[in-house]
Amino acid sequence: MRKKIGVAALLAVFAALLLPTVASAATLGEVASSVEAKTTELNMTWVAVAAALVFLMQAGFMFLEIGFSRQKNAGTGVAKVLVNLAICTLAWWAIGYGIAEGGGNDFFGDSGFFFHFDQVIGGEAANGETAMLMLYGLAFCAVSLAIVWGTTLERIKFGAYVVYAVVFGAVIYPLVAHAVWGGGLLGDIGGKPVMDFAGSSVVHLTGATGALAALLLLGPRKGKYDANGKPRVIPGHSMPLVGLGVIILWIGWFGFNGGSTFGTEEVLFGEVMLNTQLAAAAGVIGASIAVYLKSRTLDVGMAGNGAIAGLVGITAPSGFVEYWAAPIIGLVAGLLVVYAVLAIDKLLDDPVGALSAHGLAGIWGTLSVGIFGSARLVSEGASPGVWYSVFGDEPFSATIGQLGVQGLAVLFTFVVVFAISIATFAFIKGTIGLRVDDAEEEAGLDISSHGMYGYPEQFIPQPEYSTGLPSGLGSGAGVAAPAPAQMTATE
Amino acid sequence: MKKIEAFIRHEAFEPIRAELLDKGFPSLSISEAKGSGRQKGIVERYRGSTLTVNVRPKLKLEVVVEDKDKPLVVETILKHARTGEVGDGKIFVLPVEEAIRIRTGEGGEEVLQAHSEEEVTA
Repeated sequence: MRKKIGVAALLAVFAALLLPTVASAATLGEVASSVEAKTTELNMTWVAVAAALVFLMQAGFMFLEIGFSRQKNAGTGVAKVLVNLAICTLAWWAIGYGIAEGGGNDFFGDSGFFFHFDQVIGGEAANGETAMLMLYGLAFCAVSLAIVWGTTLERIKFGAYVVYAVVFGAVIYPLVAHAVWGGGLLGDIGGKPVMDFAGSSVVHLTGATGALAALLLLGPRKGKYDANGKPRVIPGHSMPLVGLGVIILWIGWFGFNGGSTFGTEEVLFGEVMLNTQLAAAAGVIGASIAVYLKSRTLDVGMAGNGAIAGLVGITAPSGFVEYWAAPIIGLVAGLLVVYAVLAIDKLLDDPVGALSAHGLAGIWGTLSVGIFGSARLVSEGASPGVWYSVFGDEPFSATIGQLGVQGLAVLFTFVVVFAISIATFAFIKGTIGLRVDDAEEEAGLDISSHGMYGYPEQFIPQPEYSTGLPSGLGSGAGVAAPAPAQMTATE
Repeated sequence: MKKIEAFIRHEAFEPIRAELLDKGFPSLSISEAKGSGRQKGIVERYRGSTLTVNVRPKLKLEVVVEDKDKPLVVETILKHARTGEVGDGKIFVLPVEEAIRIRTGEGGEEVLQAHSEEEVTA
């Protein structure tokens, strides 16, 4: 509030300098409404920046997945991300946004389809601000969809993306988003709202659940399990690309969590950003410790998974917990992801660890709000976390109840997403097919699905450049040519 | 004519090349090879699990010389490639029927000779 008055005073001074006659006539009410308009503009500018950061996460998923794939499946990851983002965009614009945000009932919205200017959505006329929020929502939907494909690398048919992306962008993600954020079912459970600040369950668990459904019908990569069913390592081809992907995702997360404040005016904005960083850092440390204890090496990929798990974990609680809780949440997520990846690997072939880093860490993040939620920050009607009953005087009945509500969100998300996803993937499997044939899988999806290698020159011999010297220097410019070149020079 | 084919450690190549050049044998080829022998494979750790790669990277060095030069080349390779540890590699000597210089089409042992000083400086 103090800040607002400060800005108002500043604006008044500027107005007085520029337009003395008008300024003297301006009432306090006019100044206040102009400040309010500027505040909205500033907030929307931040949401625009945040939306761009969240879209940047597509590059993060791209590099992460390509790095964890073999060289023969590098190009397909690029095509996948681009096509999914494109389809998801149109599906969200036509149908998804209306279901998610268009008022309606407990289960789905009923306005805002084929989003257009001045449309009445949920009882209000759409303006530029609505468009910005609609775009921001799309960025989230696209992130959730990108998570789905982490388990399906190196063997899925490209057509499966097309069909599932339509269903996901139009129906699956919007239903979950509506339930939690769109005034639906989970906004009020016995008076308590589900608290999921930026989507540990809405975005990440949703994506991971779709990933599980796909994986169950798809099966493991050829050669992943030996004759006795023991898992074998199929290493990805580029740890630097994995690292680049992780860092891009990490940076994008500031838009993901930080943007979910929808504005810059509250102190919450800064708190969310700092919580995000603290948890990501603790996630790296948690995973590094766990993998070192398991294998006596600091595994590159696991350190990356730890960062992602920490970020996924803090996504739901980022706006509801105190700073001290953020590293705890991240650390637990980081420890969890290593043990989960190793346990899941025995049964299911998840090349990037999406089920662990997004699914289990997403569940942990959603529940952690019920453990660490601070009375100062929790939503209206919600109760603080169980921690404050153990170490404070909050009644257990209320805090356990909130934890239960958080658990219900996990259950709801899993059941809804799993049911629709498994049905969709079963449909795909029964019609166009879900998996490429053996020969295509062995050759790699780059050449078999896209007609080219991801690194197209790898089998093409390059002509030599005889002297090895830049043309500007010429062959006799006083730089001694290396001995072998001299010996093979023609007369 | 003999072809000397040696599987060596990567770090052994440069001293061998330098000495062969010095002694008048500039012509040689190398290629990256992967092989197994008494040396065990490499155990990698990836995402908390172990992966054994059963072959190791080596360089394959090929030199074709006149019969009389064979001992000199073999000695040079032995001198620089031997560390005394398992994994130093092996040398094979094979008979060669013909050698033809592509640029001129000429054949015979003289195509294996180093260029004369005048040719090099020309």
